Amino acid sequence: MTEATYKRPESLAKREFSYCPGCHHGIIHRLVAETIDELSIREKTLMVAPVGCSVFAYEFFDVDGTVAPHGRAPAVATGMKRSLPDRVVFTYQGDGDLAAIGTAEIVHAANRGEKITTIFVNNAIYGMTGGQMAPTTLLGMKTTTSPYGRKSETEGFPLHVSELLKETAGIVYLERVAVSSPQEVRKAKAAIKKAFTVQLKGLGFAMVEVLSTCPTNWGLSPVESIKWLNENMKKEYPLGVFVDKVGDLK
Amino acid sequence: MAEKVMVKGNEAMAEAAVRAGCRIYFGYPITPQSEFIEYMARRMPQIEGVFLQSESEVAAVNMVYGAACTGNRVMTSTSSPGFSLMQEGVSYIAGAMLPAVFVNVVRGGPGLGDIQPAQSDYFQATKGGAHGDYHLIVLAPGSIQESVDLMEDAFRMADEYRMPVLILADGMLGQMMEPVEFPEFVKLEGINDHSAWALRGATGREANKVTSFDIDPVNLEKMNIFIQEIYKRIKAKEVRYETIGLEDAEYMLVGYGTMGRILGSVVKLARSKGIKVGLFRPITLWPFPYAELKKAAEGVKTILTVEMSMGQMVEDVRLAVEGSVPVQFYGRTGGMVPTPDEVLAELLKHV
Repeated sequence: MTEATYKRPESLAKREFSYCPGCHHGIIHRLVAETIDELSIREKTLMVAPVGCSVFAYEFFDVDGTVAPHGRAPAVATGMKRSLPDRVVFTYQGDGDLAAIGTAEIVHAANRGEKITTIFVNNAIYGMTGGQMAPTTLLGMKTTTSPYGRKSETEGFPLHVSELLKETAGIVYLERVAVSSPQEVRKAKAAIKKAFTVQLKGLGFAMVEVLSTCPTNWGLSPVESIKWLNENMKKEYPLGVFVDKVGDLK
Repeated sequence: MAEKVMVKGNEAMAEAAVRAGCRIYFGYPITPQSEFIEYMARRMPQIEGVFLQSESEVAAVNMVYGAACTGNRVMTSTSSPGFSLMQEGVSYIAGAMLPAVFVNVVRGGPGLGDIQPAQSDYFQATKGGAHGDYHLIVLAPGSIQESVDLMEDAFRMADEYRMPVLILADGMLGQMMEPVEFPEFVKLEGINDHSAWALRGATGREANKVTSFDIDPVNLEKMNIFIQEIYKRIKAKEVRYETIGLEDAEYMLVGYGTMGRILGSVVKLARSKGIKVGLFRPITLWPFPYAELKKAAEGVKTILTVEMSMGQMVEDVRLAVEGSVPVQFYGRTGGMVPTPDEVLAELLKHV
């Protein structure tokens, strides 16, 4: 007798991802889908996709879904959750979407303690539009709109969204994770599951920031990208739990 | 008969929305609309509704988008600069075919402008204020009572055609008080069943997707053509206007909203002086009553279009009559409201 021990999560639609080889969106999608399966919430989950590489995420998850205007996913999710408070609503956003054009929406959703979950994928660059500088781009990093390397004098500094958001009172759980190794994938899964559990318990806003590679726009191979992420991104964006009030609010 | 109550326009429209079954409101304060959001802040908790003051009009319209995705009746209200900020979301709502109701209590522009009544947002309302081939249904009440009466229809049309509906008011309608008779509370059962497409969780069915997005141009064109077919139905069914004294009129005034009401006084004034004047007041600005206006203009010597703007609707009046009648224009803008005497003096120049 053989038994399937590893299969596609039910909450992932049966279709191919549009992501580049070596990109971490696929892993992160899977972790979110596994979480939805394990919590048995597929039939009551609504998802809000962003604008960016994951614009098709509403098709990749086999749950009810929409695409928000660029950066507005937390506001769209707020509208859904206030309309149907007993549903599970999550946003899936990249750093161009959440950390640039959508800063107001994410800050205020977090500060209101909006009972939604946000998965924030940070790869320090705009992927979909072809590798432009993001607020999260590291100093010295070359992109198509910082071709000589990002300079703080003219382009400012890498924006640390999780460090900013941790000061908002409405946030209940906030962790930055990576998915560059099997151990990190397990940790990321636990964080994502916790972030959804916060919503199921009605405790408030939860977000998981996931550091991701972008081999295509970083101009590196998938393996080199992981090395670069480990050596550079983790220095700028250290992993860890920024807020965990779950115990206090139980 | 319900009793009449004295009420401010902004509050009357808000209560009418509640009676039309709206239980979700998102908004941002802006003069001369603020009594609307304040009323909703008091009213929604009394009826177990949702009230949320957003961080911006940009967020408000996206909250409307989110709630509309669930198929529940939802609205927002704002004034000119705020509606400009909402345009992005309006386009997405139109493209995603979502039912939602907007109220724009128009003030003087452009830019920060002022906070006095104006009609200078006609182009934005009727010609598409944002990107893409889309329209809003635009209703222009001429009195507070009419704004109340149109509210139920606004929600009905939003639901029926799955599109955004705009009530284009102005600072005068928002700020003045009039006796108003409110309708009964609408029973929603069976009249806004959106379970086939709404996002409420994929329980026992395939997952629903609601977007304004299709990367395939063939499909995106199809989607647009589908929406245009809906617009054709609306044009055939929903055109509304009022006429006064056109039976024997030699001169026709055209105006909408507050201006249309003032023109009603001009008709009386002119007739008291023996001038045969009639009024055509469009109530739906989109769809515009082109054919009806052209027919009404048959036999009149001159049309005078009057607006609280530098001349926007007048372009549609000219399109309607197709050169068959001379169309003159008189307008004040920046928050200036023409008086009946002022309009009569202008009319006499063309008599």
